Amino acid sequence: MTTPSLITEVMDGIAVVTMDVPGAAQNTLGAALRNELVPLIERLQKDTSIHAVVLLSAKSDSWIAGADIDEIRTSSTGAEFAALLKGGHGLLKQLEGGRLPIVAAINGACMGGGLEVALACRYRIGSESRKTVLALPEVQLGLLPGLGGTQRLPRLIGLQAALEMMLTGKNIRSRKALQLGLINELVHPSVLRAVAVRRARELYEGRAMPVTTRKGKGMGAVLLEDNPVGRSVIFRKAREGVLAKTRGNYPAPLAILDAVQEGYSNGIDAGYAKEVELFAHLAETPVSKELINIFFAVTALKKDSGVSGDAPAPRPITKLGVLGSGFMGAGITAVSVMQRIPVRIKDAQHERVLKGISAVRDVLREKLVRKQVTRQEYDDQLSLVSGTITYDGFGNAPLVIEAVFEELGVKHQVVRELEPVLGPDAIIASNTSTIPITDIATAATRPQNVIGLHFFSPVHKMPLLEIIVTKQTSAQAITTCVAYGKRIGKTCIIVNDAPGFYVNRILAPYINEAGRLLDEGAAIDAIDEALLAFGFPVGPITLLDEVGLDIAAKSGRIMLDAFGARAAPSASLQRVQEAGRLGRKGKSGFYAYDEAGKKGGVDETVYALLPTGSTRSQISAEEIQQRCVLAMVNEAARCLEERIVRSPRDGDIGAVFGIGFPPFRGGPFRYMDAIGADEIVRRLEEYHDRFRPRFEPCALLLDMARNGTRFHG
Amino acid sequence: MPPLGSPGRRVAVVAGVRTPFVRSGSVFKHLSAIELGKLAVSELVHRTNLDPASVQSLIYGTVVPNVIAPNIAREVSLIPLFPRTVDAYSVSRACASANQAITNAADQIVLGHYDTIIAGGAESLSTVPILHSRGFSDALVAASRAKSLAARVQAIARIRPRDLIPITPAIAEPTTGESMGQSAEKMAKLNGITRDAQDAFALRSHRNAAAGTKDGRLTAEIAPVYVGPRYDTVVTSDNGIREDSSLEQLAGLKPVFDRRYGSVTAGNASPLTDGGSAVLLMREDVAKARGYNPIGYIRSYAYAALDPAEQLLQAPVLAAPVALQRAGLTLKDMDLVEMHEAFAAQVLSNIAGLASAEWSRRAGFDQPTGQVDMERLNVMGGSLSIGHPFGATGARILTTLCNELGRRNAQFGLMTVCAAGALGHAMVVERA
Repeated sequence: MTTPSLITEVMDGIAVVTMDVPGAAQNTLGAALRNELVPLIERLQKDTSIHAVVLLSAKSDSWIAGADIDEIRTSSTGAEFAALLKGGHGLLKQLEGGRLPIVAAINGACMGGGLEVALACRYRIGSESRKTVLALPEVQLGLLPGLGGTQRLPRLIGLQAALEMMLTGKNIRSRKALQLGLINELVHPSVLRAVAVRRARELYEGRAMPVTTRKGKGMGAVLLEDNPVGRSVIFRKAREGVLAKTRGNYPAPLAILDAVQEGYSNGIDAGYAKEVELFAHLAETPVSKELINIFFAVTALKKDSGVSGDAPAPRPITKLGVLGSGFMGAGITAVSVMQRIPVRIKDAQHERVLKGISAVRDVLREKLVRKQVTRQEYDDQLSLVSGTITYDGFGNAPLVIEAVFEELGVKHQVVRELEPVLGPDAIIASNTSTIPITDIATAATRPQNVIGLHFFSPVHKMPLLEIIVTKQTSAQAITTCVAYGKRIGKTCIIVNDAPGFYVNRILAPYINEAGRLLDEGAAIDAIDEALLAFGFPVGPITLLDEVGLDIAAKSGRIMLDAFGARAAPSASLQRVQEAGRLGRKGKSGFYAYDEAGKKGGVDETVYALLPTGSTRSQISAEEIQQRCVLAMVNEAARCLEERIVRSPRDGDIGAVFGIGFPPFRGGPFRYMDAIGADEIVRRLEEYHDRFRPRFEPCALLLDMARNGTRFHG
Repeated sequence: MPPLGSPGRRVAVVAGVRTPFVRSGSVFKHLSAIELGKLAVSELVHRTNLDPASVQSLIYGTVVPNVIAPNIAREVSLIPLFPRTVDAYSVSRACASANQAITNAADQIVLGHYDTIIAGGAESLSTVPILHSRGFSDALVAASRAKSLAARVQAIARIRPRDLIPITPAIAEPTTGESMGQSAEKMAKLNGITRDAQDAFALRSHRNAAAGTKDGRLTAEIAPVYVGPRYDTVVTSDNGIREDSSLEQLAGLKPVFDRRYGSVTAGNASPLTDGGSAVLLMREDVAKARGYNPIGYIRSYAYAALDPAEQLLQAPVLAAPVALQRAGLTLKDMDLVEMHEAFAAQVLSNIAGLASAEWSRRAGFDQPTGQVDMERLNVMGGSLSIGHPFGATGARILTTLCNELGRRNAQFGLMTVCAAGALGHAMVVERA
C-alpha cells in the first residue's frame, strides 16, 4: 500500500484531515490528493458520528500550493480538462453545500486551485506566518481559476477586489487577506489547529461567530458593485484596461471577465459552466502552453547548479564587495542587503560612495513605503551597507563585483588591485555589459576566479542575471555565482564569453534593424507601435532613448568589430547620436522629453537628421515586426550554434526576462519552433535577398530546415 | 602581582575604530547613541575582516541611556551582521564606561570564558531624553490605570502648571548637586591651576589634534560616516578641533561656572559631543592563529574612588600607581601617557597629584607616582579638542594610544580616565 496523502483523526466528532502528499515538498491538487479527498469527503458526509471537518496541511510551506501544473501540461485535449474540472466542481460543491461544516486551517501557500478549495469551505483561518500567502495566479499561466474561483471569490470579497486578484494573480499575505475578507480569522500558527477545531465545533453547534475584521466596502463600492448597471461599468472598464495592457495578445484576462460576468448575468451555475468551458479552451491555446513552458523553464533553472555533472558546493556569500557606487553598484548592493548579505561598497571618493548609499536607500525605501518590509527590516538592511574608499574590509569577501567605468584599462587595474587583497579563492565578477570577460581576466594571476555577472538595469526590478563564464572560469566560481544569483531572486543563465554575451548580442541586430527601417523612411512611432503590438514591452526606438544613444553607439561599434558587415550600425542612430542627442538622460533623443524627463511624443525635429529627412514612407507593421524579430531570432540561433547559450531553454529565458521578448510567444526558440525552421529560413532568405548580408540564415537553422527538426523536443 | 594574562594568552587589542567625534547638535543630531554604536562596530568588523560569528560577546557603555532601549549593547549586537547568539550587555561608569566595557572584556578573556569580544561605547548628547516632572508622570500613570472616563479626567485634572516644566538631565552629581564644571572650578582653585595654564593646555590639545588630523594619524582610526537618514552628508573627521585657535581667543572667553573669580571656560573644557567607538579584543594566541597583528596588549588596569564632595575628577591619581604597580612598571617606563581631558583644570590637577607625595600616600604608596613628561602626554590632543562623547571616550583613547605606540615603535603606555562620582581609571598597555 502506498503512503496516503490524507491522515484523518477524529476527536469528539470533529474530523481533522491533514494533507501531506508523500514525497512532495508541497501539497498540490494532483491526482494523489484528489483520489483520496473525493472518497474521504463522501465517507465523512455519510458518517453520522462526524459533525464537522478541519482541513490542515502537514507541509511547513504550503496548504495547497495549487494545481499540479505538470498535469495541465500533459493533459492534451480540452475535453480532458473539462472532465477533470467537472469532477473538481463536484467535490467543491460537496465541501460547500454538504452536511458537514468544513474549516480550512491555512498555513503556507494557498494558491490557485488550493485557494478555490478554501473558498468552498465554510470557514477559513489563516496563520500569521509570512509563508501564508493566498493568490489566484492562473492568469500568469494564461488560464483562469477553473474550480469555481471566478464565481465564489467575487461573492466573498466583492467584484472589484476579486477582479484585481484574478487579473493580476498577485500574492495576498494573510493579514491583507483578513482585511479583504478572504479569510475569517488570523491566528498564530501554533494555535491554528486548536482554533480550527473549536470553530468547527461551533459551526456544527450553529454558534460560530466569524471574527472577521473586514473593512466594510466603501459607499462607492457598494453603489457600483451591488447593482447590474454599476457592475457593467466595472466590467467595461476592466476590459478596456486589459486590452490596453495586453493589446489582445492574452486571452485569459478577458475570459476571466467573461466567466465572472456570466455568473452575475445568468446565475452562479451558468457561471460555473462558463468557467469550465473557458478553462478548457484556454488550456489549449498556444499562449497558455508557452507561459507554462516558461514556468517550467524557470523552475528547472531554479534547480540548475550552473555546471553539468558533479557540481562543487557553492561557497557561502558571507560578504559582498562592490566596486563602483554608481547606479548598477547601488542596485547590486540593494538587492544583496535585502537578502541579508553584508556589502562593502567602494568608490574613489567619499562623495561618490555617499551618492551610492543614497541610491541604495532609495531602492530599499520603495519596499518600506509599500509596507513590504517593516521599519526594523529596513534599518537592518541599511545597516548591512558599509562604504569605504580603500580596500579595507575586502579581505574576507568571497565575492567582489566590479561596476566601475566600462574601459578595459580600468577593469585591469581593478583586477590587479583586488587580487593581492582577496583570498585565493575569492571570485572577481565583472558587471560589464560590453567587455569580454576573457579580456578582463588577462590581468588576473588567478583567471579561474574571474567571471561575468551581467545584471540588467534597474537591478532590483529586472529578473535576469547572465553569468558569463570563460574557458578558464572554475566550476566553483560558477556554482557560487549561481547560488548567489538565486539568493538575490534572479533567474540565472550561464552564457559563454563572447562579444555582447547573449542578451545584448541578440538585442543588437533587432535594434539595428529598427534603425535600418528608420534609414528607409519608416516613422519612429510606427516602428515602436508595431513591436508593441508584437508583444514587446517597449518599442526598439524608445529602448534606444532609455538605454542612451551613446551607450547604444558604443555597443554597436563592439558588435561591428566582432561580427563585421552584418552588424554595421544604421545611419540614423549614428547621425542622431553624433548630433549630441543622448536619449532620456539628456532629455533629447528620438522622442521629446519635458524638463522633468517625462517622455512625450516623437520629436519631429529629429527627422531632419535622418537619411530620408522628413519624408516618411509607409512600411507595413508586419514587415517591421518580421524584420526586427527575424534579425533577433536568427542571432539567437547562431548563439546556440556557437554554444554561447547552453540550451534553447536558456536562450528563451534570457530573451524573455532580459529583453521582454513576448512571454506568450515563449522566447526566440519557442517562436521559431512554432513557425518551423523551414519557414523561418524561407523568410530570412527573402530578406537576405533584399538586404545582404544581414539576414543570412545561420547554419544551424539551415540544417534544421533541411532535417525538419525543432529546438525544443 | 603578575601582568594580566599568562604568557601567550594576554589580552590583545586587535584593532579599534571610532566614528568622528562631533559637537552635539551638529551633523549627527539625528543619530542615536545606538546608531552611532552600530556604525562604529560595523566598521570595526569590516576593517578587521572579522568573521562576525567568532564574536562571543559585545560589551558596550553609555552614560545617558535610551529609556526605550536601555541595553545599548544588545541593540548594537543585533545588527544583522552578527548572529543573534552574540552575548551582549551594557555597562555604566560615567565617562569611564567604555573603559569598564574594555576591562570587563579583558577579565572574561583572562578567565578563559571568551576569546573574542568587542567592547566600546557611544553617546549622543543631541538626543538626550527630556523627562516629565514627577507630578505629570504620576497623573499620566493614574490616568492610564483609571477604569472610567470620569476617573481619567480626574487624574488629568490633578496636573498643575508647574508639573508641565520638563526636566533635562544635568551633568551634576546627584549627591552633592555640584555640576561637573563647578567641580573643575573648585579643583582649579584647590590645586592652584591658573587660567593661563588651563588655556595654554587647551591650546596645546587643539594644536596636537589638528596636527594628528592633518597627517592622518587621527583620521586613520575614524570610520567615515555616511549620515542617514537622508545620506546627504559624509563625515570623515572630528569637527571640534580648532586649528586656528589662539591664546588671545581663549583668554577672551568668560568663565562659565564662577563668573567673578572663575577660570573654567568653554575654551578649556571638553565640549558636549556625539560619537561611538569600539575595540576588538582577543586572547593573544587566538588573534595570532587568525593571522592578526594586534596593535597592543592590556598589561594591567585599576579603578579607584574618592569622596565626590572633595575633588570630583582626581581619582585617576589614585588608580594610576596601582595600575603601574600591577604592571610591574613605573611612570618613567611609559613611552606615552594618554590622560582623558574633561577639563584642562582636571588634567593639570591630575598631573600635580601624580607628582605629589600627599596623593601618593593616599593611594598607599611611599613615593610619588612621578612627573608626567609633557612630551609624551596626549600627543594627538585629547577630549578638550577631539571631543568627549562620554560613553565612547575610553575606547577612543585605548585605540589612539596603541596605534601611536606602534608608529613610534615604543613599548609601554599609560592611560587614565576620570569619571563622575569621583571615580578614576588607569590602564597600562604594551605594544609587543
